[in-house]
Amino acid sequence: MAENSGLNPKTVVVIGGSTGSIDVLLQLLPALPNPLTFAMVVVIHRKNTSDSALANLLAVRTHVPVQEVEDKDVLTAGTIYLAPADYHLLLEKDGTFTLDYSGKVHYSRPSIDVTFESVADVYGSGVTGILLSGANADGTAGLQAISQAGGTTIVQHPDTAQVAYMPQQAIQNVQIDHILTAPEIIQFLNSSPDVLIR
Amino acid sequence: MIRDDELELLLNDVLDRYGYDFMNYSRASLKRRVNRLLTIDKFPSFAELRYRLLSQPDYIKRFVEELTVNVTEMFRDPAFYQTLRTTILPTLTAKPFIRIWHAGCSTGEEVFSMAIMLREMGLLHKSLLYATDLSPGVLETARAGIFPLAPMKQNSENYRLSGGTQDFSEYYTAQYGYVKFDASLASRMVFSTHNLVSDGSFNEFDLIMCRNVMIYFDKPLQERVLILFDNSLGPLGYLVLGTKETIRFSPMQGRYRQIDSEKIWRKIAD
Ligand SMILES: C[S@@+](CC[C@H](N)C(=O)[O-])C[C@H]1O[C@@H](n2cnc3c(N)ncnc32)[C@H](O)[C@@H]1O
Repeated sequence: MAENSGLNPKTVVVIGGSTGSIDVLLQLLPALPNPLTFAMVVVIHRKNTSDSALANLLAVRTHVPVQEVEDKDVLTAGTIYLAPADYHLLLEKDGTFTLDYSGKVHYSRPSIDVTFESVADVYGSGVTGILLSGANADGTAGLQAISQAGGTTIVQHPDTAQVAYMPQQAIQNVQIDHILTAPEIIQFLNSSPDVLIR
Repeated sequence: MIRDDELELLLNDVLDRYGYDFMNYSRASLKRRVNRLLTIDKFPSFAELRYRLLSQPDYIKRFVEELTVNVTEMFRDPAFYQTLRTTILPTLTAKPFIRIWHAGCSTGEEVFSMAIMLREMGLLHKSLLYATDLSPGVLETARAGIFPLAPMKQNSENYRLSGGTQDFSEYYTAQYGYVKFDASLASRMVFSTHNLVSDGSFNEFDLIMCRNVMIYFDKPLQERVLILFDNSLGPLGYLVLGTKETIRFSPMQGRYRQIDSEKIWRKIAD
């Protein structure tokens, strides 16, 4: 798949969610290994306010640096990147981020599909996509793209999701590698780096 | 999904044949746009799109319009507009004449927002708003001053949050799902095509607004366009970018001072 030998880091974990997903993130973040050997990109649906409240909320829960993406930021290992409100977040082949103000996808900007598809295009088998709780079908096409690119697909177990619709949609339409509870996701992210690469 | 090499072919065609240069644009964004176009215009394959583009010169207008992102809003980022209203525009009141350039104005919502603020501050009559974009299609909409009615609720809310105190609906008349803005607002606007990639400086301005346009450019092109803006700004002129953009990496930044924490820079040295 994608020529990713020149990229730093070798693996990216992309996490998407909507209603009910912030609680899960707040559980995950304090349990992350520090330093992170991979880069993490987070896309959460929210109201189109331009403040950085969410970034601050997440940042106090972890020692890993949390950064709301600005134009031309470069993806590096050991950092958690948050898609800013009201922009789609894309990744270029050279590892720089592009922000995009095109139309909403699944009524959402940022859209999970947009970021997942773009990261899959650059990282191929080096990407792990995790879809959390939500009341929206966004994320399914994105996980499909990750799966096709040879990456790893994970969804939060619908029974444990505050809103089951988002993970359920993905399970119905995509070959999902792991269906996990929040503690299991934590375990997965703490496993050896090569588990993250298929 | 088109392949990377197919995208390059297409960009070459568009440059050779029509003179539109997208070579320094974000590939991730362009790829999405072309894929979207393949779907909405129902091309069975990439080759069909390429053929249409080369064989039907009329299609280039639509192609450019769809390739670039034209989404915009009135009083987008109300906090920014509030700063404009309370901090920036008051410093221009003493000028006999105010020149403003909206580069990449899209369908004009930003320009009408500016005109409304200038009107409320009693400055519109001595202002001239140059509104440019590379895409002729969006400029036609902007020139007509006719917009869909549906977003007006959000626009009016943005207007209020930005410090507007009038009844927003006074500025337009609604009919059949569309609104037409008061013609006197448009009387101080000049619309024209201008490509930031290939066209030069054409005037000296007190304020240049270029929001959410350069996010689609790579760093070398951003730098070139910043120089174009620098050459087009008068002493103590303002440069305004989108909320996620910066001049921080440019050699130019030493001669500019950022205003508050907004994406507004003032030229302090020539
Ligand atoms: C997302 S819109 C921004 C509209 C408005 N400034 C705002 O922030 O809401 C981007 C606009 O930039 C225009 N654009 C893209 N490349 C350009 C270029 N090289 N020269 C001039 N305009 C360009 C597009 O046609 C589009 O209308």
